[in-house]
Amino acid sequence: MTGFLQLDGLVKRFDGVIAVDRLSLSLARGEMVALLGPSGSGKTTTLRLLAGFETPDSGRVLVDGEDVTRVEPVARRFGMVFQHYALFPHLDVGENVAFGLQSLGVRGPDLAERGARALELVDLAGYERRRIGQLSGGQQQRVALARALAPEPRVLLLDEPLSNLDPTLRERTRHEIRELIHRVGITTVLVTHEQDEAFELGDRVAVLQGGRLEQVGSPDELYTAPANPFVGGFIGRSSTLEVSVLGAAPRGVRVAIGGVEWEIEVGPGRPPIRPGPAMMLVRPEALRLTPPGPGAVPATITGRRFVGPSALFQAVTDQGAELEVAAPAHAVEPGARVGIMPSRREGGGIHLFPAGET
Amino acid sequence: MTADRRRQIVGAAILVLLLWLVVYPLLLVLVEGIHGPNGWTLDFVRLFLHRPTEWRALWGSLWISLVSVVLAALIGIPLALLFGRYDLPGGRVLSGLVALPAVLPPLVGVLAFLFLYGESGFVSLLVQRMLGLEEPPWRLQGAGAILLVHAYSMYVYFYLFTRAALSSLDASLLEAAASLGAGRWRTLRQVVLPHLYPALGGAALLTFMTSLASFSAPYIFGGGFRVMTTQIVATRLNGENELAMVETISLAFVALLALWLLRGTRTPDSSAGGRKGSGPTRVPVRRPAVRIALAAVAWGLAAFLLLPHLTLLLVSFVPLGTWTTEPLPPAYTLQNYLALVTDPVRSRPLVNSLWLASAATAAAVGIALLAGLLSVGRRVRGARVVEGLLALPWAVPGTVFAIAIATAFSVRAPWAGRFILVGTIWILPLAYLVRNLPITSRAILAGVRALDPSLDEAAATLGASRWRTLRRVTLPLLRPALLAGASLAFVTAFGDFVTSIMLYTYDTRPISMEILSSLRQSDVGVAAAYGVVLMLVSAAVFALGAERGGGG
Repeated sequence: MTGFLQLDGLVKRFDGVIAVDRLSLSLARGEMVALLGPSGSGKTTTLRLLAGFETPDSGRVLVDGEDVTRVEPVARRFGMVFQHYALFPHLDVGENVAFGLQSLGVRGPDLAERGARALELVDLAGYERRRIGQLSGGQQQRVALARALAPEPRVLLLDEPLSNLDPTLRERTRHEIRELIHRVGITTVLVTHEQDEAFELGDRVAVLQGGRLEQVGSPDELYTAPANPFVGGFIGRSSTLEVSVLGAAPRGVRVAIGGVEWEIEVGPGRPPIRPGPAMMLVRPEALRLTPPGPGAVPATITGRRFVGPSALFQAVTDQGAELEVAAPAHAVEPGARVGIMPSRREGGGIHLFPAGET
Repeated sequence: MTADRRRQIVGAAILVLLLWLVVYPLLLVLVEGIHGPNGWTLDFVRLFLHRPTEWRALWGSLWISLVSVVLAALIGIPLALLFGRYDLPGGRVLSGLVALPAVLPPLVGVLAFLFLYGESGFVSLLVQRMLGLEEPPWRLQGAGAILLVHAYSMYVYFYLFTRAALSSLDASLLEAAASLGAGRWRTLRQVVLPHLYPALGGAALLTFMTSLASFSAPYIFGGGFRVMTTQIVATRLNGENELAMVETISLAFVALLALWLLRGTRTPDSSAGGRKGSGPTRVPVRRPAVRIALAAVAWGLAAFLLLPHLTLLLVSFVPLGTWTTEPLPPAYTLQNYLALVTDPVRSRPLVNSLWLASAATAAAVGIALLAGLLSVGRRVRGARVVEGLLALPWAVPGTVFAIAIATAFSVRAPWAGRFILVGTIWILPLAYLVRNLPITSRAILAGVRALDPSLDEAAATLGASRWRTLRRVTLPLLRPALLAGASLAFVTAFGDFVTSIMLYTYDTRPISMEILSSLRQSDVGVAAAYGVVLMLVSAAVFALGAERGGGG
């Protein structure tokens, strides 16, 4: 598949330590992809490789078929919104937005007109003569967006665009950014460590860890079909259990947890798993609490966290494994002896991975 | 050629330039000290070691500096605590006045003390009359006089450093101490003072180094009492050039040793806020009697501190030869100031100092800016070395550098990087330039460090060339740092005495030399008028800095 923006086997080391490890990713024109990962996962380095601030040790960056791997940032025509905005404090809003246009040689009325249009785009029409220091955090963020978009770049890069806003503002700004970028229709790469942000903004989300791309897909795919335990654990809530796979069952596989046998469905698209030790990843809503009895894993409730009308119960199995189970808020009280069983009629919520895979 | 390559080349050029200007002259001094007409020899070192006068001068430098530190601390720290912690009547004005000695360049301060406490000074005459004495009540000479001037001019370091450290103290620390039942004294001893230690160390180091390098006070007031700086000048006048080199080495050695012993101290930087919470509020003094007593002491002190400035101003209006034994001058005139402008002989030093200081400052700012842009935040080999070389002239007394530059540039050997500049108009700007490097680079490097690197990157993603980024983003943002560095450097060079006395020629005589010669001709009015000019220029620069500091 050839996309508009292609990252092709990018590798970057700093002083011998690998930061980005053979990362390949392809974006369609106008697509928005969120790079999601914990700190140190290489997402920021990837963004800097795209912007041209760093040069990869190997691999290529292609835009519309053109190799820009070694093109200086100045000539790359990628717009970028920095984490702390990096607005020029000594220039006013209009001068900030005009800065990139002037690099393109835009002058006179044309300059004013295009600057005004960019500000209009972010809902800041008429703000040209304001000082940067007079703006609120949210307004600064929009000026940064307008400044990046004004020269009509080929690709837009966003570095943690919401991390400097307070939580109440964050959600609203998220909608605004998504709406704006889709209206402009620009190919966008976004870096974030916030799942919510990645899920709302990204058409697809690329999960990174240790410089490697673990999985890329739609938010739904990542949740319902994690490619590995890391993605499963990183996205949404889950518990892990060591189990042994006994063999195939009519609608899935049979596994043994301690002395208890469960028959579970395997999510679609997962390769069949061989009998033997395995790692099971379970969403809280895929489990249910029952009285202790046959077919249920015996456990003790150790804690409860209220989430709306239901609650997440922490339970410790008699084998010592910790599990999180979603149930009605007053199903049981902490301290109670319970049994735990899979709740799902339809597949999903429980994933099996070969033991040792992380 | 890639940008990285270009950066390496410019960096290497700066490194070579600094090695040539800063290190090379010092090395030549070292060589001349152990090299006679008949080759390598330790004769001069032996001569130095066997002369009691040398040891006395070295010991004099050392103990004068140590006592200066103690005196300055004893005045500066309590004052800072008083004004920093307590709300006194007129405290705001007073806390500004207390820093006033800083606007007197060393030679001008000495001049003012001469007019005040010298043989026929105002205060001396007043005391003499009141007590009905035949002779002046004291002689402003020797170690005591030097220490008086040092204490007066150097307590400001302790005062300002302590104030800065106090204002960076988190108020909640004091509240925590109070809530844990610590009384006022215990809080001072166990919370406030430990917080001040690094700043106090920094002030002690600065006072010690300034005192060790002090030349004006020992030169004018020393009489028979010699410290190493005056000893070097005397030895050179005697024609014992090689011995002067050994003396220079010994002084540089003591300075570097002090620097090494007091390493790890820091100078507080008001812009780098280490504090999270709000600053401590001042404690109001409520008891009326205490209030009045404190205010009286404070204003009395302010008067004492202001006396030198007022004296200079007064004397600058005295016509030549009209004032002999009266307690106050009998006649006043503006002639002294007019002469500075109209009389070509009088205006020449003013013009000289102006262009010498401007040229030296511009060059120092250029070098520091280039070094800053190249080295800060970038992985450039030798960046640390360049920063070290820029700071080195601060560690070495001015006398040492004057000797070093005089030595390096009095020989024509182009293949060895030596040219005859002594006696030309180029020697003073060059010497000022070297002396200015630490001041300018300190301010400019701090400014460059404070720049957000993502601004540079933002400009790049917006397609701005390096040159346009420099012109539109970097330089405008660095302007305060450039101004601060330049103005401080300019003031220092404008009033320089210690370097000038060894390197000036008649045609390039700067203001300080003209003050000295006016004084020798008993033309006190003109000397004071020059002094007032120097004082006003310093004051303007400090006011500018204070306004910026307050505004930002």
